[in-house]
Amino acid sequence: MEQDGMDKFPRATTAIVGSATYGMGQAPGLGSMDIAVHASVQALAQAGLTPRDVDGVFVALPDDFLSGLSLSEYLGITPRISDNNRTGGSSFQTYVLMAALALASGQCNVALIAYGSNQRSGAGKLVSGMKASPYEAPYKPMRPISAYALAAARHMHEFGTRKEQLGAVALAARQWAQLNPDAVMRDPLTMDDYLGARMISDPFGVRDCCLLTDGGAAIVMVRADRAKDLVRKPVYVLGAAESTDHLAISSMPDLTTTAAALSGPRAFAQAGVKPSDIDVVQVYDAFTINTILFLEDLGFCKKGEGGAFVEGGRIAPGGSLPVNTNGGGLSCVHPGMYGLFTLVEATRQLSGTAGERQVAGARLAVAHGNGGELSHQATVILGTEETV
Amino acid sequence: MQAHNSTAPAASPAIHPEQQYQAFLAQGKFMLLRARASGRYIFYPRVAEPLTGDTDLEWVAASGRGQVYSVTVVRTRPPEQDYTVALIDLQAGPRMLSRAEGIAPADVRIGMQVQAKVVQQDEQPLLVFEPVTA
Repeated sequence: MEQDGMDKFPRATTAIVGSATYGMGQAPGLGSMDIAVHASVQALAQAGLTPRDVDGVFVALPDDFLSGLSLSEYLGITPRISDNNRTGGSSFQTYVLMAALALASGQCNVALIAYGSNQRSGAGKLVSGMKASPYEAPYKPMRPISAYALAAARHMHEFGTRKEQLGAVALAARQWAQLNPDAVMRDPLTMDDYLGARMISDPFGVRDCCLLTDGGAAIVMVRADRAKDLVRKPVYVLGAAESTDHLAISSMPDLTTTAAALSGPRAFAQAGVKPSDIDVVQVYDAFTINTILFLEDLGFCKKGEGGAFVEGGRIAPGGSLPVNTNGGGLSCVHPGMYGLFTLVEATRQLSGTAGERQVAGARLAVAHGNGGELSHQATVILGTEETV
Repeated sequence: MQAHNSTAPAASPAIHPEQQYQAFLAQGKFMLLRARASGRYIFYPRVAEPLTGDTDLEWVAASGRGQVYSVTVVRTRPPEQDYTVALIDLQAGPRMLSRAEGIAPADVRIGMQVQAKVVQQDEQPLLVFEPVTA
C-alpha cells in the first residue's frame, strides 16, 4: 500500500464539456441502456456533439457485462478505445482517470462516460455483480447494508461516533435534495423521523440507507485545447486516483479507514490543491457512515472526528462545507451505481448551472466514488478555468 | 524447463481450498491453512499465501478462540428471529465473518471473547462463535 512519487497525471489537459442525467427516480418502460443513451445524447448535445463524434466509450451497466460493446452498437459507432472496468459504483471515477490518459495520449478525441439503470422499475431491488462467498453467504449478511453497518459499528466503538451524527448526514442530504427539483426524496426529514425509522441492520435504520431508484447519467470529455471551442465553461480534470484494498468487508484491513486515504492524497497532489481549497464536495453516500469516513479519509477533518464535523449543519445548505449538494444517494438518486452522479453534480456546480442549490463562486470540487463494500475508492478533482 | 523444475520447492499435498475446508468442517474440525515458510495463517482458504504467493501450505487445527471486531444485528420480520453478523478476529490472526450464538443478538459487544463451534444449518456444517465465560 506504499505510495510513490511517480504520479504523472495529465493535470488540466482534459475537460468535461457535457453532463446530464435522465430518468431520475423512475423511468418505466425503458431498459438500462435506453436510460444511459438518453443521458448520453443530452450530454453530447451540450457541446454541440452527436454520437458520431465519440471515439472513446467508457460504460458500465448493472446487468450487462459487455456494455462497452452494447453501447457502441446502440449508438452505431466504432470507438478506438473502450473501457468496461467494474469496480462497483466508483467505476465512473476510474473512467475519468482512464479517459484523461487516453485523451492526453491521443488514443481518442471525444470520450463518453455513461451509466443507466432501471433497477427500480425492472428488478425492484439492487442488481449487484458481487459473487456470493461460500464462506459468508450461510450467515445471511444483508449485503451490502450489513457490511457498511459493521464499519459504522466499529467507528462508533473506536471514536464514540453517535447515531445522531449519522443522522446529521441524512438530514443534510435531505435539505440539499429539497433544493433540487430532480431529487427523488424532497419531503422534510427531522431528527425524530430519522431516529424513529425502521431498523434494518444495526446501527442502520431505513434513513441511513441510499434510495433504490432508476436513473442514468453521462459526461463527455475532450482535450482542454478543444474544450473552450465547444462550451463557455469547461470543467477541467485536475487529478484522479484510485485504490483497491479488498472485496468483502471481512478482508478490509481497518474498518474505520478506507482506501480513500490513499486515493485522496494522490488526487490532491496531482491537482496541486489541499482539502481546505475545495469549495464543494460530492462523496458517494450509499450509507450515512460513508460521508463521515470519506470526509475523514480525504482530509477534510481528522480521523475519528467526522461525526462531530458533520454536526451543526456544517455540510448542509448554508454550512461552511457544502457536501452532496444534489441530495446524494441518500435523498437524490441511487440507481445501483452512483459514482457518475457525483461527477455530474460537481460539474454542474463548477459550471454554475446548479440552480437553487448553486454554491456561489465554486471553483474547485471533489467527486469521490466508492465501490463494493468500501472496497474500491476513487477520487476526482475538478476545477474551473481559474484553477488551471 | 528442467532448470526451473530443479529449483521448485518440494511439492506439498494438493490444496483444494473450499472442498477440504468444508470436508474438515463436516468432521467437526475447524482447520486453517498456514504457510510453512512464514508461519502465517490464512483465511479464507486459498491456494497461495497473500503477498508472497507461497503455495507451500498446510492445514492446521485452529483453536477457534477469537474476539468480536465488529457486529451488526440484522432485523427481521416476525416470526423470524433477529440475528447477528459479526467479524471475528481469530487468535491465529485472520478475521472472518460469522455469527454469535448462545447470547441475545443485542447483547453481543465489540471486544467480546468468543470460541468457535461447529453447528448444523440447512444440513450443512457451519462455524459459529459463542461467548467465552470467564
